[in-house]
Amino acid sequence: MITNSLDAAVAQRAAAHPQAEAVIEVSGLHKQYGDHEAVRGIDLEVVRGEIFAFLGPNGAGKTTTVEILEGFRKATSGSVRVLGADPARAPQRWRERIGIVLQESAPEPGLTVRECLSLYAGYYSAPRPIDETLDHTGLTEVSEQRAASLSGGQRRRLDVALALIGDPELIFLDEPTTGFDPSARRAAWEVIDGLRRIGKTVFLTTHYMEEAERLADRIAVIAAGRIIAQGTPRTLGGRDTSEARITFTLPPGTTVADLPYELSERVVLEDGGRVAAGSTAIATDLSILSGWALQQGSQLDDLEVRRATLEDVYLELVSGRQHDRS
Amino acid sequence: MFNTLTGPTPAARGPLALLLHQARYDTLASLRNPRARFFTFMFPILLMVIFASVFGHDKTTTVDGTTVSLARFFVGGIMAMTVIVTAYAGLVITVTQAREAGALKRRRATPVPAPILIGGQALATLLTAAFTETLLLVVARIGYGVAFSGGALAAMAVTVIVGTLAFACLGYAVAGLIGSPDAAQPVVQATMLPLYFISGVWIPTSSLSPTLRHIAEIFPVEHLAAALHLASVRGSLTAALSPTDLVVLAAWAFATAVFAARRFSWLPVAATA
Repeated sequence: MITNSLDAAVAQRAAAHPQAEAVIEVSGLHKQYGDHEAVRGIDLEVVRGEIFAFLGPNGAGKTTTVEILEGFRKATSGSVRVLGADPARAPQRWRERIGIVLQESAPEPGLTVRECLSLYAGYYSAPRPIDETLDHTGLTEVSEQRAASLSGGQRRRLDVALALIGDPELIFLDEPTTGFDPSARRAAWEVIDGLRRIGKTVFLTTHYMEEAERLADRIAVIAAGRIIAQGTPRTLGGRDTSEARITFTLPPGTTVADLPYELSERVVLEDGGRVAAGSTAIATDLSILSGWALQQGSQLDDLEVRRATLEDVYLELVSGRQHDRS
Repeated sequence: MFNTLTGPTPAARGPLALLLHQARYDTLASLRNPRARFFTFMFPILLMVIFASVFGHDKTTTVDGTTVSLARFFVGGIMAMTVIVTAYAGLVITVTQAREAGALKRRRATPVPAPILIGGQALATLLTAAFTETLLLVVARIGYGVAFSGGALAAMAVTVIVGTLAFACLGYAVAGLIGSPDAAQPVVQATMLPLYFISGVWIPTSSLSPTLRHIAEIFPVEHLAAALHLASVRGSLTAALSPTDLVVLAAWAFATAVFAARRFSWLPVAATA
């Protein structure tokens, strides 16, 4: 029996992925830097084959968490398993199975794109073919150019190619498109989408809602070191069951008091003479409203029904948590 | 170039293959770096030509009781400087830059063991130093008629290897103390320039006060220069080797390696401070 929303989420995911195998399991993760608690008790599970977005404002603890998962930092407390191992104690061979795209990393100086991939391919016992990887990341045309001469978007694709060359099962992408213009961002998204097609599990950190919505199967929102919401892009923050908002302009010569009783007690006046009503039963409310409007001889030309966007949900979740960092 | 289609990868072939793989790419990167090309290859040769042409003409000095031409003195001194420029200056700058740019972190994110990354870079440094030293000896021979016996050359080779490893360790240690790549070049100059002057690299120590000489003897530059000067005036290998100086260099290598191992960071320092 499903007793609470967490159980519901687990049941829902189990139904969606019958053989879901956990690739990342985190429970009660804490990280303390001196007096500052950067991560304050995080639980996460990422299953094989999904793109998981870890979303939050700058300074929320995203990079600290991902660096613990990558084995670059030790947790203060809590349990972390990545591909069955504790990243802080995993043997160097464990790294055969993961690929990492760092938030900031300059290309290898002096080497061409192909030489960079050759150098990294040599680190793995069973790398992907270099030409195929160049092709997959759209770098074939610039493969003989010095890596340092690439544009920002091309460098990012080289970062992805270097993370892919070892043919890892799990790829970490830390803010892959920060500072990109819209076209470079879309190009990067296509590369990341391509990772899903070749069956990789992706752990993506980002502070762009749009990026998480576009790419992720599931999203966790972190603010001030805690996870404040988890779900699919459709259900995050109760978005699927939250109130919609009906707005319209009152027909000439009518007032709020003239509206049917069911609506008049709920509407609020907005700027510009429009009125708005929250609604959890949209069809019922619209039927009442349109019947009344037709009696008044009005078509309610500017009628609008709007559900909260993911951006709205995210901003509401994050606001009020940002300053909660004693 | 290594090709994934033509058999097992360096990682699959074992640590030695992987070490050579890393050294090859590090050498390639330094050959293509304009700063490294100038400071490690051209600068020592240029200084040798300038010093020998301007000061070396028919003048002599004394090394370990033997009177030698100034040109011969400069060969030993500039060989020492080459080791320092290649191993110490080269690594302090390269390691600091690579670390702050995230390149070290990204290499560390792969299965390659840390000793391979460091050993490969040390080997690349040694190859670079050996190449410049050879070139320097050829220029000295052809341009200024300064020749050395086989024993002297063997002693020089041993000294260059020990010296390069010692200054590479020192380079790793100092890189661990520097937060910004912009600071790397000034730190290198500030630490080495005074020592060049008081350690017999450019000026014979016989013209210095005893106090300055005692100060210089604390540091590894003096011992590297002294060992190379000694080799440059001796005929047999046993007479040309300076065990005391080599022991001091090895001690510096050990102490700085221990320090570097405790202090070394793969992650950018500026970002995590």
